[in-house]
Amino acid sequence: MTGLGALLMRDLRIAIRVGGGAMIGVLFFMLVVTLMPFAIGPDLALLSRIGPAILWLGALLATLLTLDRLLAADQEDGSLDLLTMGPAPLEMVVGVKALAHWLTSALPLVIVSPLLALFLNLDGPATLAVTATLLAGTPALTFLGLIGAALTVTLRRGGLLLPVLILPLTIPVLIFGVSASNAAIVGPVTFGTPFMILCALTLMALVIGPFAAAAALRAGQE
Amino acid sequence: MALIDLANPTRFLSLSGRALPWLAGATALAFACGFWLAAGAPDDYQQGATVKIMFIHVPSAWLAMFGWMVMSLSALGTLVWLHPLADTAAKAAAPIGAAFTLICLITGALWGRPMWGTYWVWDARLTSVFVLFLMYLGVIALWRTFDDPSRAGRAAAILTLVGAINIPIIKFSVDWWNTLHQPASVVKMSGPAIHPTILWPLLTMALAFTLLFITLHLAAMRNEILKRRIRSLSMMQADAAPGR
Repeated sequence: MTGLGALLMRDLRIAIRVGGGAMIGVLFFMLVVTLMPFAIGPDLALLSRIGPAILWLGALLATLLTLDRLLAADQEDGSLDLLTMGPAPLEMVVGVKALAHWLTSALPLVIVSPLLALFLNLDGPATLAVTATLLAGTPALTFLGLIGAALTVTLRRGGLLLPVLILPLTIPVLIFGVSASNAAIVGPVTFGTPFMILCALTLMALVIGPFAAAAALRAGQE
Repeated sequence: MALIDLANPTRFLSLSGRALPWLAGATALAFACGFWLAAGAPDDYQQGATVKIMFIHVPSAWLAMFGWMVMSLSALGTLVWLHPLADTAAKAAAPIGAAFTLICLITGALWGRPMWGTYWVWDARLTSVFVLFLMYLGVIALWRTFDDPSRAGRAAAILTLVGAINIPIIKFSVDWWNTLHQPASVVKMSGPAIHPTILWPLLTMALAFTLLFITLHLAAMRNEILKRRIRSLSMMQADAAPGR
């Protein structure tokens, strides 16, 4: 297990240092949320009503933006081949890489979301609900995206194809993330029901993602 | 005859070549019967003649899902049983399935305009069929980005299986999200809720569409095998060219 721990530390370090691009996703997220009032008008009542949807869409797009780097850098310098041939199971390796990616690109989104919720005129409980759903839902986005990243890693224009393949699969996460947040604000269902399903979706993505991604990587090798 | 007997592409070509004319004939016959029965079916007392769009709409919706099922089985064939023709079958099924999904969407829109007063509503069933259409296009896009057909086959197989796991979840979540479309009325525990005068033409049309799917699928598989032969022949030719 020390090998996997070392891999996690390595990926975190690369992401934080120069050229890692960990913060680009956060910047993109803030820009998307900033653009929304320009598109739909500065009406605070309207913004607070659709605020959770804006935050979720922004987080979804920001997650997709950085996904193509999840495996591509390792593919370019050949370390992905070493990891594939190494003693650790490939499923665990890609799982750890996705975890590192989530910690450096999706967790910052969750952390800035209360601040952006303030811009969108969300009150305290709504902010708490959106942040909780993002915390529970973004791992599903990263681990579903892992499948797309593994499928397109050897392609020259893979970065273009990835969102097209992955976005349809993220629809359930988006639906339950937004409806759990809305349930906390206006009802009529309780917050718990959609939130539990969101957690279930995340757990399922945590299982399917590494297995499908490892199979895709093995299939992609010559 | 076991499925593995078809693993030899040459034998598959000769067998399917013999079966295709019969299948095409059966398809034409089934369509003739279907159209004749559909023309004789009575108009609905509320919907008028527009109810006859259903004779095309419902079978295409069935085949839209059938297409993904064929692709999933072929994907298992590619990844589990390593059947040499499985990825050919998967590749051939994708555009046909996408076409039937599109037919389903278009006929549904044409029916919805007079009935619901709008071409499109964000209803659960419509939306999930639309998502299915987009997923078909995604798989086709993935097929088209690889140069090597066997690597493309494995990648597309993984995507197809992930999609097959997710389609019921997407369907369920979209249902949870919004619903207006009428619930299933042919396959029900209490027997069909459709009058026999409509049900029989519908079933005949469903049979005709399924035969059409199988015919098109076999023909597309033959094309794909021949295309791959041409590809490997031209690569051999390029290898043997002087100056290398």
